[in-house]
Amino acid sequence: MNNFAYTQAASTKEATTAKEADKQAAFIGGGTTLLDIMKSNIEQHSLLIDINKLSLMGIDNAATGLRIGALERMSDVGEHPQVVQNYPVISQALLASASPQLRNMASMGGNLLQKTRCGYYRDTAFPCNKRVPGSGCPAQQGDNRNLAIFGTSPNCIATNASDLAVALVALEAKLTLENPKGATRTVPLADFYKLPGSTPHLENQLQPGELITAITVPAAAHARKSHYLKVRDRASYAYALVSAAVGLDVQGGTIRSARVALGGVGTVPWRVPAVEKALVGKAPTEDNFRAAAALAVRDAQPREHNKFKVELAQRTLVRALMEIA
Amino acid sequence: MEPQFSDQPGGYVGKPLVRVEGREKVTGKAKYAAEFALPGLAYGVFTTSPIAKGKITRIDTSAAAREPGVLAVLTHQNLPKLAKTPNDPQGKKDIGAPMGFLPLTGDEIFYAAQPVALVVADTLEHATHAATLVQVSYQKGEPLANFKQPKAELFDPEKVQDGKQKGHTRRGEPQAAFASAPIQLTAIYNHPVYNHNPMEPGSTTAHWEAPDRLTIYESTQGVTRTQSAVAAMTGMPREQIRVITKYLGGGFGCKGATWPHTILTVQAAKAVGRPVKLMLTREQMFTSMGHREDQEQVMQLGATADGKLTSLVHTKKSTTSPWDNYAEPNSKIVDLLYASPTFESSYELARANVMTSTFMRAPGEAPGSFAIECSMDDLAYRVGVDPIEIRLRNYADHDYGTGQPWSSKSLKQCYARGAELFGWSKRNPKPGATRDGRYLVGMGMASASYPVHNSSGTARARLYADGHAVVQAGATDLGTGTYTVMTQVAADSLGLPIDKVRFELGDTQLPTAPNSGGSVAAGTVSSSVYLACQDVWQKLIKAAVIDRKSPLYRAKPEDVAVEKGRLFLKKDPKKGEAFGELMKRGEMTDIEGMAQGKYGSGYEDAAAAKNADPTQKDQAGHHSMHSFGAHFCEVRVDMDLGTIRVSKWVSVIGAGRILNAQTARSQIIGGAIFGIGSALMEETIRDQNFSRYTNADLAGYHVPVNADIPDMTVEFVEEHDPHINAMGVKGIGEIAMVGVAAAVANAVYHATGKRLRDLPLTPDKVLMAGLNS
Repeated sequence: MNNFAYTQAASTKEATTAKEADKQAAFIGGGTTLLDIMKSNIEQHSLLIDINKLSLMGIDNAATGLRIGALERMSDVGEHPQVVQNYPVISQALLASASPQLRNMASMGGNLLQKTRCGYYRDTAFPCNKRVPGSGCPAQQGDNRNLAIFGTSPNCIATNASDLAVALVALEAKLTLENPKGATRTVPLADFYKLPGSTPHLENQLQPGELITAITVPAAAHARKSHYLKVRDRASYAYALVSAAVGLDVQGGTIRSARVALGGVGTVPWRVPAVEKALVGKAPTEDNFRAAAALAVRDAQPREHNKFKVELAQRTLVRALMEIA
Repeated sequence: MEPQFSDQPGGYVGKPLVRVEGREKVTGKAKYAAEFALPGLAYGVFTTSPIAKGKITRIDTSAAAREPGVLAVLTHQNLPKLAKTPNDPQGKKDIGAPMGFLPLTGDEIFYAAQPVALVVADTLEHATHAATLVQVSYQKGEPLANFKQPKAELFDPEKVQDGKQKGHTRRGEPQAAFASAPIQLTAIYNHPVYNHNPMEPGSTTAHWEAPDRLTIYESTQGVTRTQSAVAAMTGMPREQIRVITKYLGGGFGCKGATWPHTILTVQAAKAVGRPVKLMLTREQMFTSMGHREDQEQVMQLGATADGKLTSLVHTKKSTTSPWDNYAEPNSKIVDLLYASPTFESSYELARANVMTSTFMRAPGEAPGSFAIECSMDDLAYRVGVDPIEIRLRNYADHDYGTGQPWSSKSLKQCYARGAELFGWSKRNPKPGATRDGRYLVGMGMASASYPVHNSSGTARARLYADGHAVVQAGATDLGTGTYTVMTQVAADSLGLPIDKVRFELGDTQLPTAPNSGGSVAAGTVSSSVYLACQDVWQKLIKAAVIDRKSPLYRAKPEDVAVEKGRLFLKKDPKKGEAFGELMKRGEMTDIEGMAQGKYGSGYEDAAAAKNADPTQKDQAGHHSMHSFGAHFCEVRVDMDLGTIRVSKWVSVIGAGRILNAQTARSQIIGGAIFGIGSALMEETIRDQNFSRYTNADLAGYHVPVNADIPDMTVEFVEEHDPHINAMGVKGIGEIAMVGVAAAVANAVYHATGKRLRDLPLTPDKVLMAGLNS
């Protein structure tokens, strides 16, 4: 770790301006990812801008949707009665993440920016295009059991590690971003993340100085009837091998709308519109779920050690849908 | 005569006493090795090699040396010279080193994360940062990652476990017996690399108090072994080196030997003229203190149609380092558990760019039991009998390997009691036939065994006339209860209330005790403590019979007994006095006893293993000395998602006298969880092209969390073994995990009808097994 300066921002404007002024600066919220990354010399920051004093709080449940301040802690959102009741997939994804200690520290905005757990990214002794552009991707021919089968490129197959993002992408959540000029814009979370392509180090749409200030999720029947299922190597405190975030609106025995996204399999949270489309108008039966789930993996590009994810993704999806059928 | 304590006040031995050091630990007062704040303390941090094979072509320490607070940067170019290094076979032997290579003694890179520089600075932060500034250029070679790679060259090591065990064993004609056996089973078992990962990482604080006085605060399972290793390397006599380990946060074998960081910290402290502390990072724990090697076992088993073994043939292939022939000796338990008239084992090794592997909890027995106990399960299904019945049909009424009788063996009782506690009779014999909702339910079991290893050690007991005592041995408490159980033994042996007795350990200035490893500490140290206390009484009896004022004056010493601290005539118990009166009259403020506890020196068999060849001592007694046990496991398998959950666990163990019902139960629970971890999730992954680990942290290396573990039932079979040592204690640290992985895999087979032989049994393997059927 290098020496760095620390400042506490009193306003969003102060924070974004400071960040824009110093390209090596980073915002720090809960710090649960950032400190690891800095201690491992994966990132070197000259300045940490503490944003915890900013008023980016609040969990507001309105008829139109849910608004969550970016600095709300994962545990507070995951246990919030309105979230549990109206957006169970969000609550479940949060409470299946990390450990209680980490959830108590980690902010919602920070969660969406957490770094991949790819072992080659996490150890500076390895080449890694995401960490050092152009250095190579040993994961392609190496230990890729935990890595992505969707959205990959010859340059990167690192999995997006967030559970929360999978749930939010399924429910078409949007991020509110504020720039140093004080202007805000709204970006669908699905568009926020960038596929690795030839630039795996560019992970999202954030512009210089821009800060996530809030997350909004539209209210919907498929949000109220939603579920998050996470399959992992141990019962708790492990990243997903495969996860599924699903929501269904079933009326009169027919699916009116469906929302489906997969985690642990994509370089970004992986929504599968083909599955959603296939489900609409069908009866919520296991057979129909199975047929639809097969569509989810049509474009899968597995490597040597993660072929199992092609099968596991379908089964996880079917199981998750069965939970709410 | 077996030591009896029931007549003593309290009768502490065997009782579930809470830990005597518990309060110190939970209040943070217990000082672990890295917590001694010495004046002028400096901090050492390694710079390590990113590559696994090659040569250092240039090393530039100037930028690191310029950083504020940096006191020295040690490399192979300026490490203070040692009297001996392990780099040659004789040096390695003299040191007792686990690895035939010391980093910072040459420019060659043999394994990934090999230390190439040691930066010493005034603060941990300065040293940590400066360590990143050491500039090293390498000429890269092509590393080998394991014995399975095409370029790996397998060889027959003749001896394994660093020359300590025979690499070949044969009884009878096993190949011929196998060829003619009505039932022939051949199975291949694969094991990943495992790392010990004790909660407390390895650390050394070296303090040169004078050129001829070195004190080392070390995270070690044995202060004596550290002392002798450092003495050999520095060329100093042992008495000039003091090693202190008051508390240990686990070891599991990785702290059983002296690894490079210890002597390099000693040299760093010498170079800077200040005490230096080095604590390994979690990441470095994967590449600094050994591991359990990746390995493949082939188990061939021949049997009669009714399931009686006629042949066992075991071979093992594994990865070793560029210098050493280390393989844990799996075949010993394969030979020992059952009554097979013929047996053969062999080993093959291949060198790769890895550090040397080392003993890890139940070395040999843990993986060996996986092979034999899964194959015995296969045999049971093949013959169509209950897994317990197949084991009873092959019950070994003596040790077939050595031909010796058992010193004691309660395995049948363990099977019976375990089955009863577990509800084994409710098990549907048919695999894949029990469901609970979406889960397939399976019940499996396995036998466990672990040797009572050769060991000896001394203890000292000082009894004060006012009724206090301090008892000492240079033993180690790994966190498992040594402080507590030795206090119990001492209190009962001296007839004192437990709060009047203090037990001290973890210092080379105390009487020499063995390493806490190989499950020897409880038996050896408790025997030496017991005998040291007896020595106190013998001395007091001798004092009494020559004291004119004593009621025991002129009695023969052998006619005097001691009970509850009172000396009296056996024939006339009214004639006697309390030790305090005797001592005060004789102006003795205190009296000391000292004694040696020994392997094979049981209370009925005191000289059994005397004068034996030290390398063959485990076989030297008149008896084969082992603990035995049985583990029972219920799993719930979700075949769709591939997940396995252990839903019930029972362990029943026969291990001689149990010193503390509570700490012993905790030991077995901990060991069983260790085994469940190895069965279901633990695995260190070595990249095949870089020979470097990709998951060297506790986020990527999974150990069980609470949610993975059900309530566990543990019982001990009452066992009196007169042959093993003076206290009749066998030790339970390792048997706790022997057979555990097999019990899990056998339960998975019973649940699913799928035999999984490649550990760990992660969801991908379960899922693929279901797909491939």
